[in-house]
Amino acid sequence: MSEIDTGMVAEQIEQSDQINEPAGTSEVGRPRRRKEDARLLTGRTQWTDNLSRPGMLQVMFLRSPMAHARITRVDVSGARELPGVVAAFSGQDFAAEQGSLPCAWPVSEDIVIPDHPPMAVSEVRYVGEAVACVIATDRYRAADALEAIDIEYEPLPAVLDMNEALADGSPKVHEAGNKAFSVKINSGDIDAAFRDAPVVIDRTYIQQRLIPSAMEPRAVLADTDGDAFTISSSTQIPHVLRVMLAVVTGIPEHKLRVIAPDVGGGFGSKLQVTAEEVLCLLLARKLGRPVKWTESRSEGNLTVHHGRDQIQHIRLAAEADGRIRGLQVDLLADMGAYLMLVTPGIPLLGASMFNAIYKMDAYEFGCTGVFTTKMPTDAYRGAGRPEATFGIERVMDELAAELKMDPVEVRRRNWIKHDEFPYTTISGLTYDSGNYEAATDRALALFGYDKLRAEQADRRDRGDPVQLGIGVSTYTEMCGLAPSRMLGEANYGAGGWEHGSVRMLPTGKVEVITGTSPHGQGHVTSWSQIAADALGVPFDDVTVLHGDTAIAHKGMDTYGSRSLVVGGIAVLKACEKVKDKARKLAAHVLECSPEDLEYAAGAFKVRGTDTQKTIQELAYAAFTAHDLPEGVEARLDSDATFDPENYSFPHGTHLCAVEVDTETGMVKIRSYVAVDDVGKVVNPLIVEGQVHGGIAQGIAQALFEEAVYDAEGNLLTTTMADYLLPSAADLPAFQLDRTESPATSNPLGVKGVGEAGTIASTPAVVNAIVDALRPRGIHDVRMPCTPERVWRALQDGALEGVRR
Amino acid sequence: MPRITVTVDGIKYEEDVEPRLLLVHLLRERLGKTGTPVGCDTSNCGACTVMLDGTSVKSCSVLAVQADGCEVVTIEGLGVNGSMHPMQRAFHEEHALQCGYCTPGMVMAAIDLLREDPEPSEEAIRQGLEGNLCRCTGYCNIVKAVRRGAQEMGRAVTTP
Repeated sequence: MSEIDTGMVAEQIEQSDQINEPAGTSEVGRPRRRKEDARLLTGRTQWTDNLSRPGMLQVMFLRSPMAHARITRVDVSGARELPGVVAAFSGQDFAAEQGSLPCAWPVSEDIVIPDHPPMAVSEVRYVGEAVACVIATDRYRAADALEAIDIEYEPLPAVLDMNEALADGSPKVHEAGNKAFSVKINSGDIDAAFRDAPVVIDRTYIQQRLIPSAMEPRAVLADTDGDAFTISSSTQIPHVLRVMLAVVTGIPEHKLRVIAPDVGGGFGSKLQVTAEEVLCLLLARKLGRPVKWTESRSEGNLTVHHGRDQIQHIRLAAEADGRIRGLQVDLLADMGAYLMLVTPGIPLLGASMFNAIYKMDAYEFGCTGVFTTKMPTDAYRGAGRPEATFGIERVMDELAAELKMDPVEVRRRNWIKHDEFPYTTISGLTYDSGNYEAATDRALALFGYDKLRAEQADRRDRGDPVQLGIGVSTYTEMCGLAPSRMLGEANYGAGGWEHGSVRMLPTGKVEVITGTSPHGQGHVTSWSQIAADALGVPFDDVTVLHGDTAIAHKGMDTYGSRSLVVGGIAVLKACEKVKDKARKLAAHVLECSPEDLEYAAGAFKVRGTDTQKTIQELAYAAFTAHDLPEGVEARLDSDATFDPENYSFPHGTHLCAVEVDTETGMVKIRSYVAVDDVGKVVNPLIVEGQVHGGIAQGIAQALFEEAVYDAEGNLLTTTMADYLLPSAADLPAFQLDRTESPATSNPLGVKGVGEAGTIASTPAVVNAIVDALRPRGIHDVRMPCTPERVWRALQDGALEGVRR
Repeated sequence: MPRITVTVDGIKYEEDVEPRLLLVHLLRERLGKTGTPVGCDTSNCGACTVMLDGTSVKSCSVLAVQADGCEVVTIEGLGVNGSMHPMQRAFHEEHALQCGYCTPGMVMAAIDLLREDPEPSEEAIRQGLEGNLCRCTGYCNIVKAVRRGAQEMGRAVTTP
C-alpha cells in the first residue's frame, strides 16, 4: 500500500469508462464518469492553500471579540517585534487605502449602503470583523504574534433581533439607522382576494441563519510582479472578483489576474468579494512579496457570509374548495452588519417565487432589509428561493389541514396544468415548460403514498409512540440567473451572459474555454460531452479550461444554477461557429459549394459521394493556412456568448416520510423520494449527484443546522462540533427519478439542477414532521427540528389539548 | 527542537520539529504532501485522515512528534505500480465525489473501515464514516463506492 503511484491514473480511468459504456451513442445524455476525478482522488490538487511561492509570507487576522464597539486604542508594535514577523497593521493603518467592499445590487430607491472597510477602522459591528493583521514567515509565528497586539474597545449595545432593531430607540448599527431598504410589489387586487374569503391562513415562519460550510475553508494567495498582481482565491467568481478588486483597490484591471484553482465547494459562500481578498492584495502591494491567508474553520464560521435568516409573515386566502384567491407575504430579512456583494438581492430573488407553481388572483410581497450586529448574510444555495418555497409549501399544508383535504390534492387544484404552458404567473414570470402532474404522479407511485398513509392511520389508531409523518413539496425554481435585460430591470449591477470559446488544435484535439468557474459541479466532463457532440469529435479529445482570467478572459462565473443553462450553451454556440468556419474551409478544399456538404460523425461529406474532410483535417489545414479561402482566418477557433431571453424553471415533487418518536422528539427520515424535471439532461450521473447533495443540505436546514448567537452577539456555533452538519449516519439513501420537459429558452432544452434538491427538501421534511404531530394539536415546529424542539412542541401541543 | 524520523509514502524523512507542530502541517508544509487537506480545526470533518502505522487518524489531531518512528500513508501513497487503489477507483466509478475536498480523507477512512469489517452493511458503512463530512454528495454515492471498493478489495485478497 505504501508504494508510490507512478502517474498512470488518467489512462486507467479512460479504459474503465470504455468497458462500461456503449460506443457510438450521443454524448449528451450519457452517464459519463468524470474527467475531474483522477487528480482529486490521488491528491494532486491545487487547492489555494496548497499553492506556494518563493518568499511567501503568511497573513493572519485579529478579529473582534465584540459584536459592537468603538476601537479606542490599537497598538501592533508588540507583534512587530516577535521572531518571524515581517509586518503588522491595524485597520487605522489601512484607512486611506483599503476602500469599501462592494454591494452590486441596490434593490430600491431608499437603500442604505454603509461604508464597509475590509479592516474595521474605528468601530466593529460583528464578532469576527477583522481589526488588525500580522504577516509572518509561517502560520505558527503569525498566530503567536496576534496575541501581542494591544487593542481596547469601548462596548456599544449589540442589536440582534430584527424586530427590536426596527423599534424606536433601538441602538443603531449604522448612523443612518437599522432599516437597509424596503420593497413592495403588488399584482392583482389583494384586498378583494381577502375580503370575505372562506379560508384565511395566517402564519409566521422563521428561516434560521445558516453557515454554508463548504468543505474547503477559504484561502487567498496574492502575488506581485512590480505593478502587476496575481491573486489565487477559493472563489466561485474569478471574473466578477477581478473587476471588483480593481474598483476597490485602484489596481488597474489589466494589471490584475485572478485565478480560481481547484475550489472545494461554494454553495454561494464563495460568490463574494471578501475583506481578505482585498487585504491580501493590498499587503502584497505594500510588502512587494507574495502573501497567503488560509482561514481556520472557526474563523470561517464567523466570517464566511451566512445564509437565509428571514422572518416570513404569510397570509393566504382561499375558497372552500381549496382554490387560492390571494397571497400576501411580508418579510423581514436580516442583512447582518453590512451589505455584501448581493446581500439585499437575496430576499428579492424569492419575491417572484412565493406564488410558486400555483395560480391565484392576487399577490402582494413586501420586504424590509434590516441591519443587525451579526455577520452579513448573502447567497447560500438557492438564495431566496428555498426561503420562498418553504413559506408557500408550509402554508399549502396548513390550507389542506384547515380544509381536511389531502395535501397533494390541494396542490393539484391550484397548480398550472400541463397544457397551460407557457404561463405567465401572478408575479410576472413566464414559465416556459413543465409538467407538475407527471412528476407528482411518478413520485407518489415510487413513494408508495397510499400504503404509507394507511400505515400512518394505523399508527395513529394504535397510539404508537412512534408516529409516521408524510411531507410533500412541489416546487419550481428560477434557474439560470442570466437574462441581462431582466437583471437590468431588477437593478442588478451586472449582466448575465456567459462566454465560451472553442479552439481546434493543429492535431485535431479540442480546447474549450468557459467563463463558468466550477467548484465540484463537473463542468469539464459535461462541457466535453457538449463539445464532442457538437463537433463530432471523441469525448476524450476535448479538454476544458477555466478559472483563470488570463485564459478564460471573459465570463460571469458560477452561481444560481446558471452554468449549464448559460455557459454550456455558450460552448455549444462556439462549437457551431467553429463548424461554420470549417464548412467554408471544407467547401474550398473539396471544391464545392458549402450547401453541398453534409456534416456527420465529425466530417464534411460532399452529398452523394464518398469525398470528405474530417474536422481534424480541416483544423490542420487552418493551422498551416497554406490554402485558405478568402475571408477565412488561420486557425479553427471561435468565441461565443449566450444571453438567454428567459430564466429556466426546473420543477419537481419531493416526498418524505419521517418517524417521530413522541417520547423523545427524535426524528428519523424513513424514506425520501425526489422526482425532478430539469429539462434535458447532459450527464445523468452528475445530475443525480447534484440532487443528492442538494437534498442533504435542505434536510440539514430542516433538522440540524443553525447559526446561533447569544444575547451579546457572540456566535456560539463557531466550529463543526457546535454547528451540526449531517454525516452519512444521519441521512438515508434517497430515491430519485426524473421527468423531462425541455426548456424552450435554450437550444439544448436544459434547465439547471444545482439548487433543486435544497429548495425542495426543507419543506418536505418539515411538512412530514408537522403531519406526524398534527393530531396532537401541533401545526408548526421551528427549524431546525431538533429532538428538543419537537419534544417541547409536543408538550405545548398536549397542554393546548387540555385547555381545549 | 525534537528530531523525528518518519516514513511517509515509503520515503524516510528526518526532521527537526517544534513540539506543537501538527502532523498535517508537517506533511503539507514541510514535506510537500498537499494531497491531505485541512477542513476544520476540531477533528470533526475528517478531511485530513491519513494512515498512521496502518490505522486511520485525523492528522490535525496528531502532533508530528507523536509520529516519530511511524509509517504514514497519505492519499498520494495509495495505489500500486501506477494503478489506483480499488477504493479510489470505486469512488470514481460511483461518482462519489464532487468538489473532492473531503475525498482523500473519505477514501482513507473507508479503507480503514474495511480492515475491521471487510463486508460492511449499508448501516455499518454509514456509521463507519460518521467522522468524515461531505457537503456535496449527500453520501449516497459514497456509501455505494465503499461497498464496491469492499467487493473489489475482497476479490483482490481471494484471487491467487
